[in-house]
Amino acid sequence: MAEQPIRVLIAKPGLDGHDRGAKVLARALRDAGMEVIYTGLRQTPEQIAATATQEDVHVVGLSCLSGAHLELFPRVVQLLREHGAGDILVLGGGTIPSEDISVLKEHGVAEVFTPGASTQEVVEFVKRSVNL
Amino acid sequence: MSLAEGVRRGNVRATAKLITLIENHPESAVEDLRALHPHTGNAHIVGITGSPGVGKSTLTDALAKRWRKDGARVGIIAVDPNSPFSGGALLGDRVRMQELATDPGVFIRSMGARGRLGGLARATHNAIRVLDAGGKDVILVETVGVGQSELDIVQTADTVVVGLVPGMGDDIQSIKAGILEVADVFVINKADRPDARRLMMELQTMLDLDPEKGSAWQPPIERTVATTGEGVDMLMAAIRHHWEHLTRSGELEQRRRDRYEAELQAVVEDYWRTRFFEYWQREGHWEQMVEQLLRKETDPFSAARRLLTPFLDSESRRVGL
Repeated sequence: MAEQPIRVLIAKPGLDGHDRGAKVLARALRDAGMEVIYTGLRQTPEQIAATATQEDVHVVGLSCLSGAHLELFPRVVQLLREHGAGDILVLGGGTIPSEDISVLKEHGVAEVFTPGASTQEVVEFVKRSVNL
Repeated sequence: MSLAEGVRRGNVRATAKLITLIENHPESAVEDLRALHPHTGNAHIVGITGSPGVGKSTLTDALAKRWRKDGARVGIIAVDPNSPFSGGALLGDRVRMQELATDPGVFIRSMGARGRLGGLARATHNAIRVLDAGGKDVILVETVGVGQSELDIVQTADTVVVGLVPGMGDDIQSIKAGILEVADVFVINKADRPDARRLMMELQTMLDLDPEKGSAWQPPIERTVATTGEGVDMLMAAIRHHWEHLTRSGELEQRRRDRYEAELQAVVEDYWRTRFFEYWQREGHWEQMVEQLLRKETDPFSAARRLLTPFLDSESRRVGL
């Protein structure tokens, strides 16, 4: 039987132009054997949800450094549900104050990684969460 | 509702799920593919190939937008290589196709080649079948930037577009490598660069020397600056012109006949190979036979015959298999 790689979309919603973290993470996930779709900067939640649905990914990793995560992350979760793709796991990362993390989780974001989290932690979390 | 029914109704989720099934467990996708097959054959399948850096993704994006202007429904499959070490892949073609993401008339799928050489993935062919049956008018297939062995795309596309860029230093090299036979349309992208004219002339000279010169279709050379959209109208016109030529001359039917023949052969081979190896690995005689070969107790030909015997019934023995 063919092996089945985990597919991940790494997306940058919002207007900040800093994608170094997202790219480092994308590479770490690839090196862990995953197929990583990278879409570039300044994506709208609509673009991200449509892309995740077409690409049939297991996980969407959202990176945001602009402070608009409380708007953008829940919106992606909501749009995925509207696309019938509510089972796709949504992770968040970036400069996110600790008090916002529980709010994001209440809105369906599965986990939030803040600066200081290692790429290995993210890799492990994804592998653990996606049961293939 | 089966995935095939979802595909026929234009359901994005079902389309995406079926392509995943084809990639991971092709044997489980057979029922859906069977159901879709009668609905295929309407889409114009356009391959976009060329060395890394010629702008395949940008060209694909520009062509898709141009087709959308005419109201055509567009499917895109973009193939990238997987790492031979980790098996992972970074699929970045969508970076150049951001604006198409939310267009309901466009379906884009990034695909890892998963170890397959030749520019496409194993699953590409059947993924095209899914998009075709789902009502796409044009399917753009962007290959891995292989440069010298774009063999798969010839077997897959109706029209093959080969991209080149000036000043890459490998111009003549890639022309040598057999792309003359592969290309139905050439495009010199980044044609605002200084060496574009020279590349155009070199390519034209090579085409003039081609022994097939004088055949019904002469591949045109278009020039584009895909980032600005310059020349894309002309490129699309050339691709459409080739399509008209294919349908008018009967060559389309010939190409598709060849394609089905190759596919049938591949499916039969795959079926036998799978059953054969499953059987002998289960029986455990495989290793034993290799051992005997090593000790010169048998030869590969006799060994193969002995291994095949359980698969030949009396009828196949009668016809000498």
